[in-house]
Amino acid sequence: MINTFWELFLSATSQGLLWSLMAIGVYLTFRILDLADMTAEGSFPLGGAIATMCLIKGINPILATLAAFVGGLIAGFVTGVLNTKLRIPSLLAGIITMTGLYSITSRVMQNAANVSLLGKDTIFTIAQNWGLSRNNAVILMGVIVVFIVIALLVIFFRTEIGLAMRATGDNIQMSAANGIKTQGMKILGYMISNGCIALSGALLAQNNGFADLNSGVGTIVIGLASIIIAEVLLRNLSIGARLLTLILGAIIYRLILALVFQMNVEPSDAKLASALVLVVCLALPNFHLPHNLKKGDKNVSSLKN
Amino acid sequence: MSQVLKIKDLHQTFEQGTVNENRVLRGINLELVAGDFVTIIGSNGAGKSTLLNSIAGTLPIKQGQIILNGNDITKLPVTRRAEKISRVFQDPKMGTAVRLTVEENLALAMKRGQKRGFRAGVKKKDRDFFKSQLAQLNLNLENRLGTEIGLLSGGQRQAITLLMATLRRPDLILLDEHTAALDPKTSITVMQLTEKLINEQNLTAFMVTHNMEDAIRYGNRLIMLHQGRVALDLTEKEKKSLTVAKLMEMFQKQVGTEVKDDAMLLA
Repeated sequence: MINTFWELFLSATSQGLLWSLMAIGVYLTFRILDLADMTAEGSFPLGGAIATMCLIKGINPILATLAAFVGGLIAGFVTGVLNTKLRIPSLLAGIITMTGLYSITSRVMQNAANVSLLGKDTIFTIAQNWGLSRNNAVILMGVIVVFIVIALLVIFFRTEIGLAMRATGDNIQMSAANGIKTQGMKILGYMISNGCIALSGALLAQNNGFADLNSGVGTIVIGLASIIIAEVLLRNLSIGARLLTLILGAIIYRLILALVFQMNVEPSDAKLASALVLVVCLALPNFHLPHNLKKGDKNVSSLKN
Repeated sequence: MSQVLKIKDLHQTFEQGTVNENRVLRGINLELVAGDFVTIIGSNGAGKSTLLNSIAGTLPIKQGQIILNGNDITKLPVTRRAEKISRVFQDPKMGTAVRLTVEENLALAMKRGQKRGFRAGVKKKDRDFFKSQLAQLNLNLENRLGTEIGLLSGGQRQAITLLMATLRRPDLILLDEHTAALDPKTSITVMQLTEKLINEQNLTAFMVTHNMEDAIRYGNRLIMLHQGRVALDLTEKEKKSLTVAKLMEMFQKQVGTEVKDDAMLLA
């Protein structure tokens, strides 16, 4: 019993680490820029596809993973331009890019819905070659990648441009009045966000051993749930601390899901279970705190523009 | 005296060509010289905010011209005007970024209209400057550089916005009823601070106000807008002997219609 729980915990930790990059990506648009970006569900499988195809071609796993990140940057750029230059509302802009990306990802995967990585070296086999078990290798690599990403983001948000981006999401009129190019800031935010999400897709594809064209469905819910769990558990944190707690949020979310699956649910019920977990996460804090989610954690219903 | 701002035949019409067509500005001509501190009054719908928004760039201009320091800025977007024009809004929440700290907000204002790069957003050497600037507000904010702006009161935030608007000297500062949302006592503090900052840097300023007393007391020139036109334009000399009653009287004479009650002007 204790052993199964420990197994469960380790697996949730490794999975959560890889998913936390998804949560970080969603956090950048959803919380920092106050935009609802559905591109996530397209850039996630795109990242997986790019990394997988690169690995199959024998490209170094680290380069393959970086290539996926770049793919995400480009996807985010497209949504950013649609939203700012063509003035398409962010929710629609994301849906448009997501829809288009399905075909792009399909092409990347040479029209296969599934591409296996069987027998190929991945970023995790690098760590396995150091003598680590599979799960420990995933945890180690996950920790390294996530901490590099968070460190870079924390440094970035303290630069002049980083401050300008946070101000843009916070108060767009004030930002414009201070000469901040708010459109450029949004585009950059979309790019970094989807870069992180594609990175998450790339790592999870390597962990699963295959790229899946349809793996994007429902992923934004996972990102959102991780964010909400982190915000409910620990309120009013600085950006750096908040990004770190997203890892915790993602791991807890995996744990909750794992527990749900212990109750013999059908695999096809997974998405419904995910959605219900998110509902519970979103609704619970409201019962306890009528004046819910104060400053810093703005109300979740702000899915505007 | 050198000319700072010139507004030539500025018109603004909302919902043009519809039954709701509303001609808010009907040919504004104004010239401001360096150091002019102009107060603007007028009833609701007179065009005060529209005029300020046109100058700031938040409203596109179809007819008319705005020239700042000899440069035609009529077609420039807000962000491009920001280098030369700073602004304080009526709502204290509008002028600052809530989730950023005091020092981060000030750092943003330090770079108003400048190129932003990957250098540190808040620089060590700026912190002392921020502290000394905050100290002169007398609001005990100099030791709260790391406090999130959202935790401060409306008056404190408006004072900081004012400071932000003058941290990097603007060619023109726009004050859009910036004390209207504050309680009377805070309002006086912020007004005094406004005058101090404007005088110290010898700024050219536009101040829209609903408070006729303030309009008379502050600045060196008073303009009254009525139905999108300049109805009165009083010099410093004319302002000296002015009272609210006299101002009302002049306004009625100028407009030629009976002003039913001063609520119309003061509201």
